[in-house]
Amino acid sequence: MLKIDDLVVAYGGIEALKGISLEVPEGKIVTLIGANGAGKSTLLRTIMGLEKPKSGKITYEGEDITGLNSQKIVTTGITLVPEGRRVFPNLTVLENLEIGAYMRNDKEGIAKDIRWIYEMFPRLEERSWQMAGTLSGGEQQMLAVGRALMCHPKVLMMDEPSLGLAPLVIKDIFRIIQIINKQGMTVLLIEQNANMALKIAHLAYVLETGKITMTGTGEELLENPEIEAAYLGKKKK
Amino acid sequence: MVIKGYGGGEMELFGEFFQAMQDMTLVSFAQHMVNGISLGSLYALIAIGYTMVYGILLMINFAHGDIVMMACYFAFFGITVFHIPWYFTFVGVIVATALLGVLIERTAYRPLREAPKNSVLISAIGASFLLENLANYLFSGRPLRFPEIPVLTQNIAVGGVQIQSICLVIPVITLLSLVVLLHIVNHTKTGMAMRAVSKDYEIARVMGINIDRVISTTFIIGSALAAIGAFMWGVRYPGITPMLGVMPGLKCFIAAVIGGIGNIKGAVIGGFILGLGEVMIVAFFPDLSGYRDAFAFIVLIVILFYKPTGLLGEKTTEKV
Repeated sequence: MLKIDDLVVAYGGIEALKGISLEVPEGKIVTLIGANGAGKSTLLRTIMGLEKPKSGKITYEGEDITGLNSQKIVTTGITLVPEGRRVFPNLTVLENLEIGAYMRNDKEGIAKDIRWIYEMFPRLEERSWQMAGTLSGGEQQMLAVGRALMCHPKVLMMDEPSLGLAPLVIKDIFRIIQIINKQGMTVLLIEQNANMALKIAHLAYVLETGKITMTGTGEELLENPEIEAAYLGKKKK
Repeated sequence: MVIKGYGGGEMELFGEFFQAMQDMTLVSFAQHMVNGISLGSLYALIAIGYTMVYGILLMINFAHGDIVMMACYFAFFGITVFHIPWYFTFVGVIVATALLGVLIERTAYRPLREAPKNSVLISAIGASFLLENLANYLFSGRPLRFPEIPVLTQNIAVGGVQIQSICLVIPVITLLSLVVLLHIVNHTKTGMAMRAVSKDYEIARVMGINIDRVISTTFIIGSALAAIGAFMWGVRYPGITPMLGVMPGLKCFIAAVIGGIGNIKGAVIGGFILGLGEVMIVAFFPDLSGYRDAFAFIVLIVILFYKPTGLLGEKTTEKV
């Protein structure tokens, strides 16, 4: 569904991605794990059109979307739950959801989707009139996910959804990811919490300093001793 | 209290004050209040333009004061030169000024969207000089008289107070404009987009918001309010020169900073503090009337000293 070919992205001469290729098949959860600075966020930002690639190609449903701006990309059905949540703190919870549906004009459909999000995250409905800036970290993450879902994406990209959250909340977020995936959404998930991510992933890539070094199903990578040593905190046998 | 001036002259400061207090009747106080409120309203209308543009672009639109000046010339040409009825001219001035605001944004600010903030600031100063000198070239530096509109300039007596009718019109129009503005900002999709862009333009883009269009809308609204202010300013203070916008522009910028730049309600409050303060200084300390323009700067220093973000300003961290 989403295909990356030999993508190179550079910040002022320093290459953050040194030619990576990967594929996100429809209806799957694909995860990309790697340490800080490996280039994970850069990849998502480039797909979303927030960074311009130096070379390489991004294909989505057979169409070349390389270098399009974010506004066009979101209309094709790709969206991003950004790192650090970045909900609009000066907008209410409800407005944050409405702005997620900014490009849509079907009032009834939007109202229906807001109901859907509220059923999934009852906490958000309780806080519907509160400014998003006053929510807790976990609630903000739920709101960021809800906001992204409001544009009816086909591919949901998530950048470190577990960052800075309590373990119980992280569990909740991952449960939700699986639920929306079962409803047919393709998910591209970036995580430092490799353990959680690999458990739910159908397909996983390991990114190290701008290059993909390993790939396999989530289970395969979970059992791989090198991965265990580097990302799961277990000692090599 | 006696204050010695540089020339050896003496000024009986508080003596004057007590004298002024004694002379102050309810009628003359009401008179001063009306003047202060109408001046404050004008400041508020213009200050909103500064604050809205800052809220979204994080830059001071130095050309805003000159937009006010241009609006006065538009009104002059509409009424005095082309003999269009003043109410049609009023609408025309709003439209023309809004277009001018968008034109300035397109040519002076948009090409520098990815440039460092300082470059945009310099460009704003350039736009300001360009407008002033263009006006000087096109309309000459000789002061023109803002067209007389008898309905607005006639004196009317309200409970013994003689006031120009424009002084009653100004607060009413200002209030109406504010109601419309707050409705747009808080209850429309465009307003929601404006608020979102002001906090995080990158994520706003990911939501599918056209940033450039939102910025243009902001300039349209800010310039339209400035045009409304300028028209009424012209009726009240009828001399038009190419430098007309400089002082009000500076003061309204200060009003926006006092209220907390980026905050619309703050700009309105700042405008009224300056307008009322300025008029009252002259009323109670007639000897200090020469310093009325300094008042704004003193208030600015005092308020920033105690509240560096302004009265309603919030602490913000530098955007990454």
